Amino acid sequence: MAAWEPISEIAGKVARGQLKAIDLVEKSLAAIAEREEYKAVIATTAERARKRAKAIDSGKEKGRLAGVPFIAKDNFLIFGAETTAASNILKGFTAPYQSTAVERLEAEGAICVAKANLDAFAHGSSTENSDFFTTLNPHDKTRVPGGSSGGSAASVALGLVPFALGSDTGGSIRLPASFTGTVGYKPTYGLVSRSGVVSMASSTDVIGPLTTSVADAELVLDVMAGKDNLDGTTIDRDEQGYLAPAADLKGKKVGVIKEYMGEGLQPGVREQIEAAIAKMKAAGADVQEISLPSLPLALAVYYIICPAEVSSNLSRYDGQRYGFSAGDAKNLDDSYRGTREHGFGKEAKRRIMIGTYVLSSGYYDAYYKKAQTVRTKLINEFAEAFKQVDFLVGPVAPTTAFKIGQNAADPLQMYLGDIMTVAVNLAGVPAISLPCGTSEGLPVGLQIMAPQRADRELLGVSKAIEGVL
Amino acid sequence: MAKLTRDDVLHLAQLARISLSDDEVTEFSEELSAILQYVEQLSGVDVKDLKPTNQVTGLTNVMREDTVKDYGYSPADLLKNVPQTQDSQIKVKRMIG
Repeated sequence: MAAWEPISEIAGKVARGQLKAIDLVEKSLAAIAEREEYKAVIATTAERARKRAKAIDSGKEKGRLAGVPFIAKDNFLIFGAETTAASNILKGFTAPYQSTAVERLEAEGAICVAKANLDAFAHGSSTENSDFFTTLNPHDKTRVPGGSSGGSAASVALGLVPFALGSDTGGSIRLPASFTGTVGYKPTYGLVSRSGVVSMASSTDVIGPLTTSVADAELVLDVMAGKDNLDGTTIDRDEQGYLAPAADLKGKKVGVIKEYMGEGLQPGVREQIEAAIAKMKAAGADVQEISLPSLPLALAVYYIICPAEVSSNLSRYDGQRYGFSAGDAKNLDDSYRGTREHGFGKEAKRRIMIGTYVLSSGYYDAYYKKAQTVRTKLINEFAEAFKQVDFLVGPVAPTTAFKIGQNAADPLQMYLGDIMTVAVNLAGVPAISLPCGTSEGLPVGLQIMAPQRADRELLGVSKAIEGVL
Repeated sequence: MAKLTRDDVLHLAQLARISLSDDEVTEFSEELSAILQYVEQLSGVDVKDLKPTNQVTGLTNVMREDTVKDYGYSPADLLKNVPQTQDSQIKVKRMIG
């Protein structure tokens, strides 16, 4: 696998003229071609990347990410590049503007070389819902890489690029990070602008990096984070930024989430998580068990709120202004129905239908409003927990990467894979997936959570934990 | 207990402006019933004195200046993504008939 130096070193060498951006882009494109069998990537943006690299090599100003190649999940709009969200309905759509996250990365010299595969519209936990193809897990080609940012995670695990961008609505950065042995960072809700990223569930969608180290993740986050006029839900940056020194674990109060360590946890996963916790203890952390009694309800809350927002966000794909359009319609209504029948895959349809049901007259209070109220209960329990401890830890998922096809026939079983990730999105708190060993050759991810806006502290403690694992 | 019939599914599809194949209607009536049954565990949860959360970081009424930004695109460039155009406008099917 192509290995990359830490991002800050790559950018430093480009700035000092010891490395050329064009060589880094070529190295990345070669790796993408060589590893094509894993199907991590939908398309490269090679021409644009080479042009940008040459401009950076000949320019005077070198940014903090000068010449660093990256891969964006294909739900990020890149100026002039095709953006499909891995859906048939957006096939051929050329982005007329650019996502703020990519804009900020490019302003510091980073270069997008390709768009990564995902579950169509980010609906899924395996990339099997991609309308195009399934990405293979770099550790075992018969298994999924996790999802929905599976192409992004596989790209980093395969060494195609030093970092990739993902989006996390219910676990879509952390789960594939866990399944591929990479670092996946889900920031506080609103810390990174969602402008120019295909909307899924707007009240939980966040943008974040997938990398091979915490140091790389915090640098990418530091470049992207902060308010954006184009996204009214963005929040202010931490005044100190996100390049946090490794925290001292001594005396840090760490809560092990009781509800995530119960039955149903694969023995190999439990073993690795318990070993990680023991190492934190040995480094002086004050570890205690902590209970958030409503956590088992989080998945039900999520699978009401998420489809509701999905059904609303996907209503814009009607075949009139952009994207696929059914050709043989008699009238406008016919055109909408035909476009959506043939343009959407099964999972998008499924979520639109559930969302339409829970929002429809007569059911709104019983489902949507009830879910938003149980969400408040969950948020209050997180607040209570964070009065007692500084950080919460547990697994990212109850299992390691599952076999391709294993859950494909049973949507509810597939949804259950998100059981340990969705609560974080509902509460808007930041969380990270850190690689913590393997079980039968497959990576296990440790999840660490912190209070809203404590991203800097979370990164600092993650760096320390990364050091002892 | 929510059990969706084929008619329920067809009604939802009508609301969502999606045509479904016969097989899809059958499939969805089973799958959606199972999913709804799962989420119904919330019905018994005590939420007395709690309000629903719509915005998780507590922001309200965020405003910005409505200014024009030049992306360097011409109207013709923008219309390239449109399935059907006529005289620089988006052409749609008849609404009635």
